[in-house]
Amino acid sequence: MEKFTVFTSKVVPLDRPNVDTDAIIPKQFLKSIRRTGFGPNLFDEWRYLDHGEPGQDCSARPLNPDFVLNQPRYAGARILLGRENFGCGSSREHAVWALTDYGFRVVIAPSFADIFRSNAFKSGLLPIQLEAAVVERLFQAAQAEGFTLTVDLGQQLLTSSSGEAIPFEVDAFRRHCLLEGLDDIGLTLQQADDIRAYEQRRRVEAPWLF
Amino acid sequence: MAARTLYDKLWDAHVVRTEPDGTTLLYIDRHLVHEVTSPQAFEGLRLAGRTPWRTSSILAVPDHNVPTTAREQGIADPVSRIQVETLDQNCVDFGITEFGMNDLRQGIVHVIGPEQGATLPGMTVVCGDSHTSTHGAFGALAFGIGTSEVEHVLATQCLIQNKSKNMLVSVEGELAPGVTAKDIVLAVIGRIGTAGGTGYAIEFAGSAIRALSMEGRMTICNMAIEAGARAGMVAVDETTVEYVAGRPYAPRDDDWDQAVAAWFDLHSDAGALFDTVVELDAAAIRPQVTWGTSPEMVVAVDGRVPDPDQEADPVRAEGMRKALAYMGLAAGTPIRDIRPDHVFIGSCTNSRIEDLRAAAAVVKGRKVAPNIQQALVVPGSGLVKQQAEQEGLDRIFLEAGFEWRAPGCSMCLAMNADRLQPGERCASTSNRNFEGRQGQGGRTHLVSPAMAAAAAVAGHFVDVRELGEG
Ligand code: SF4
Repeated sequence: MEKFTVFTSKVVPLDRPNVDTDAIIPKQFLKSIRRTGFGPNLFDEWRYLDHGEPGQDCSARPLNPDFVLNQPRYAGARILLGRENFGCGSSREHAVWALTDYGFRVVIAPSFADIFRSNAFKSGLLPIQLEAAVVERLFQAAQAEGFTLTVDLGQQLLTSSSGEAIPFEVDAFRRHCLLEGLDDIGLTLQQADDIRAYEQRRRVEAPWLF
Repeated sequence: MAARTLYDKLWDAHVVRTEPDGTTLLYIDRHLVHEVTSPQAFEGLRLAGRTPWRTSSILAVPDHNVPTTAREQGIADPVSRIQVETLDQNCVDFGITEFGMNDLRQGIVHVIGPEQGATLPGMTVVCGDSHTSTHGAFGALAFGIGTSEVEHVLATQCLIQNKSKNMLVSVEGELAPGVTAKDIVLAVIGRIGTAGGTGYAIEFAGSAIRALSMEGRMTICNMAIEAGARAGMVAVDETTVEYVAGRPYAPRDDDWDQAVAAWFDLHSDAGALFDTVVELDAAAIRPQVTWGTSPEMVVAVDGRVPDPDQEADPVRAEGMRKALAYMGLAAGTPIRDIRPDHVFIGSCTNSRIEDLRAAAAVVKGRKVAPNIQQALVVPGSGLVKQQAEQEGLDRIFLEAGFEWRAPGCSMCLAMNADRLQPGERCASTSNRNFEGRQGQGGRTHLVSPAMAAAAAVAGHFVDVRELGEG
């Protein structure tokens, strides 16, 4: 995984609660057996006016001008601002892959669905949970042309182009993995002896499980 | 030892090690795999030169993409076909047991796990699918994971987890006739909301839950994720043990006796502490119908579509307006005036034998109403289908004008050919009414199997209890 570094970006306000993973990446795109290439179909049903199918050339499709991602002023943004319960629904990690493939590295929301949150960390997308009132303020601020946020994961700090500093919380282990670009599996395999010892004990306690 | 909840006990029994900050390496007993969320995990394993830690823990089945008609001809959609073939190949390459598309035991992953006895009390069960919560009905700790975690379990048999909080949902009393497990869980979600269970593991308890069959308990735990909780569970009792006994993967002989003795400890101790307790009166629950694009947007069948102008919270009101626009419904419409075009009986929520029996009992001797363009019954597995046919349920459905299909996820998420067209409305026994879930522009109303059957024969939503004898 790529290391997570300090960056500054525009902020796309997606003003809907309960944005579900079916909306983030509709099911027809889950047929892919690859991890990449989902970006053009991120929010497919909201973003385009026609129906999308896998393998289509999206550059020729009619865009929905009302959808926030299609507004030229947000082009190149790496921060998505959402409402409560962001990422609810299915466990499809494709939702995270679509967001990162599009270019997002951060989603800010008042709350996230549990599975989405853990998937995000594993694929290098930082979910930042802030109080609803702070998120509301950011929604107002993101309307202004030229508004940006700087994300510093090491300091756990957001700084806005208007000078506001917003601290955020993040699990220490997850922060470490993101900053170092660590692979969970490699870390866990360092504890293989513990896993084997556990298995040995369980084989005696509960032999029917093996 | 201090009094512990069922969740605490399941958690404690699977801790390999815990870091000072609480991050825990949790051992996984059963790993269920399907074709959609696994290819990238197997690919990752290969790229890193790794092999599965314990193949005997894995059971694989294709379900999301499989056709429900003319299956012997294979899968017409080449992209779907490649995905299913990729699963087949991965299972061959890594020596994993798979029930292939034409195996009688094939079906929806959350139906076949319990059916085979591959899901057992006291286990940790994971699958790259959010409805893995279903298996918690057995007094197991079961939750959905993403593809990176699928790869992690394949490689290490463990997951890195942080413990959730404990929530008790207690449903006391007796359900009225015609009211089912589905109505209970929809009522719970209506009460606590789709994010109400976020950060929690929910234990469902109370006399109304204990009175349910295993099928009913699975329906309830299945939808714990729709309340935001990664895991839902029910304590073990005689009903659990009776269901498991004799299944192909269940323990036998001495192992069985030892297992059953251990399983009877799988309940919350008296005085165990829950962070949150929610109480419902079973007798007050009426048949439920969702009206919007989130499972929390639900009312009783004798209710009306709510009015966003009456909602105080502006974000919620806006969400309701978007939902009504999408659903093509006006505030104040009586639920029973809503007329579906399709009826779908199936999905891992409601495709087990008991669900099909309940629907067939309503349909028997009646006909699908003329305004219903299509009424589908999709059994949860080949074995459920076979059982239903032995009981003659298929003939009841076919004579009424339903289609009787081969098992799979089907129109629950419309990854195969079964899907709604834009604007079409469906009475569905599945678990999600999100925008586009059953086909782009499709409109989903979640109901119980009996209520779906009633809507099919009446042509509009109706309290199944008012239909009377067929
Ligand atoms: S039936 Fe529906 S909810 Fe269940 S596993 Fe299949 S797609 Fe998911």
